[in-house]
Amino acid sequence: MRLNPKTSQKIMRIVLGIATGLTIFILLFIIVFMLSKGIPVLNWEFLSNFPAKMGKAGGILPTIIGTFVLTLVAIVIATPLGVGAAVYLTEYIREGKITKIIRFGAESLAGIPSIIFGLFGFILFVVTLKMGWSILSGGLTLAFMILPTIIRTSEEAIKTVPYSYREVSFSLGATKWETIKKVVLPNALPGIVTGIILGIGRSVGETAAVIFTAGSSLRLPSSLFDSVRTMSVHFYILSREGISMKNACGTAAVLVIFILAMNLTAYWIMHKFTKRNL
Amino acid sequence: MNTIEVKNLNFYYGNFQALKDIGIAFQEKIITALIGPSGCGKSTLLRCLNRMNDLIEGVKISGEVDFKDKNIYSKNIDVVELRRHVGMVFQRPNPFPLSVFDNVVYGLKVHGVTQAFRLEEIVERSLKATGLWDEMKDKLNSIATELPLEQQQRLCMARLVAIEPEVILMDEPCSALDPIATAKIEELMFELKKKYTIVIVTHNMQQAARVSDCCGFMLLGELIEFGTTSKIFTSPDNQKTQDYITGRFG
Ligand SMILES: Nc1ncnc2c1ncn2[C@@H]1O[C@H](COP(=O)(O)OP(=O)(O)OP(=O)(O)O)[C@@H](O)[C@H]1O
Ligand SMILES: [Mg+2]
Repeated sequence: MRLNPKTSQKIMRIVLGIATGLTIFILLFIIVFMLSKGIPVLNWEFLSNFPAKMGKAGGILPTIIGTFVLTLVAIVIATPLGVGAAVYLTEYIREGKITKIIRFGAESLAGIPSIIFGLFGFILFVVTLKMGWSILSGGLTLAFMILPTIIRTSEEAIKTVPYSYREVSFSLGATKWETIKKVVLPNALPGIVTGIILGIGRSVGETAAVIFTAGSSLRLPSSLFDSVRTMSVHFYILSREGISMKNACGTAAVLVIFILAMNLTAYWIMHKFTKRNL
Repeated sequence: MNTIEVKNLNFYYGNFQALKDIGIAFQEKIITALIGPSGCGKSTLLRCLNRMNDLIEGVKISGEVDFKDKNIYSKNIDVVELRRHVGMVFQRPNPFPLSVFDNVVYGLKVHGVTQAFRLEEIVERSLKATGLWDEMKDKLNSIATELPLEQQQRLCMARLVAIEPEVILMDEPCSALDPIATAKIEELMFELKKKYTIVIVTHNMQQAARVSDCCGFMLLGELIEFGTTSKIFTSPDNQKTQDYITGRFG
């Protein structure tokens, strides 16, 4: 029996609508669930105090600082590398076998589970290079993890800069590097910044890659070679070892809010500038 | 005097020969027009004059292009320096998405002019030279890409004039403009020719007749005839030229 096209059209519409609705519902449910458990815990003391009794009481100040410092180190390392690689791939070498291989490598890197990065970072930085559990080891590991994202978004951004801009620039006697510096990068900036923000979001939320490389010290770090504990690691430890579910949820709420804010900013920048440039 | 002299120029996009044994001379401070049907190689020839074709993959070139008696395709030529002397205006107005001021100073900054008072002075001079000063003097900070097309094209010329080239190459500079704007740009060309050697590619025969002093007619990669505009348009030697200007093909 064949369904009447009008009926099947109606049914498909409903099915697709349900799929969309369900997705949004799940997303909202997770966020609302986390926030409703966490937000009652949040107050100024929670954000500005040191933890007491392994985190059972007190606040989460060092983990906020740890998250911030680690992310900063990762971004500072990954941004020049990633943007540089993207410029090289798009402006200096021709599209061909080599760019395909590099791009394939970067894509694969992006798909590797973060715990593998953690293990890699542990073996390379912590053990072999004797950096120990430290901000530096963790930052480097995170940098490698977010590098593919930064390369790819930067590449996309650079490719949207119209060829005519480069052409004019050359015709006015600018060299390639001047053209890149003065025309290509400024016009690609919104896209590049979006990539960096997405990278920040990923670093902030990362647990597995960090716990193996930056450790879980609750003291304030005084150098790049000190261990720190990030919010996500703190959450993991609090909940896994049954120290305090309440404080775990509070930490999670801070994380979720922060990551949401990051992604919204990225979205906003992307939206605002892509519209203006066209 | 000849500013640019092209001798035995052959040009290939891969295996396709786009220019065949071209010989032509562009004289100082006059307007030379290149006309011919679509695809005959006008833009290609124009872009050979400041080596813009170098940017395209897989091109081959033989022969000579002498700019002030030096072959620009010889090994020891500095392409960046060459383009500073032989500038280009494109078919579509293409200002950068920056302010009017920043557009005009772009080339200057590239060439190392940084003092604010010099930049301001040159911006004023360039905008005056392109007839934009009165309209733009209070709008130097507005975004160039939001101006009307005619003003954008003038601005592109101002940006070029700012670096004081000797030759201005124009590839169908009016094809994106309406007739009134076109007339204004043509007026500007007369003004510019007092100081610059101009080569213009155009599809529009009336335009070539109106603005140019010399004219070259191209067909399928060859230069069929070259001479003064009045001769080409009134008593051409070649039958094909005759057919083209009387509109029998093209
Ligand atoms: N980048 C390129 N690669 C390959 N072939 C090209 C390229 N650019 C132009 N050609 C070919 O070279 C020939 C001459 O092109 P050119 O653009 O110089 O013509 P034109 O006279 O300027 O035409 P139009 O009046 O349409 O602008 C054409 O047949 C064109 O298809
Ligand atoms: Mg053309």
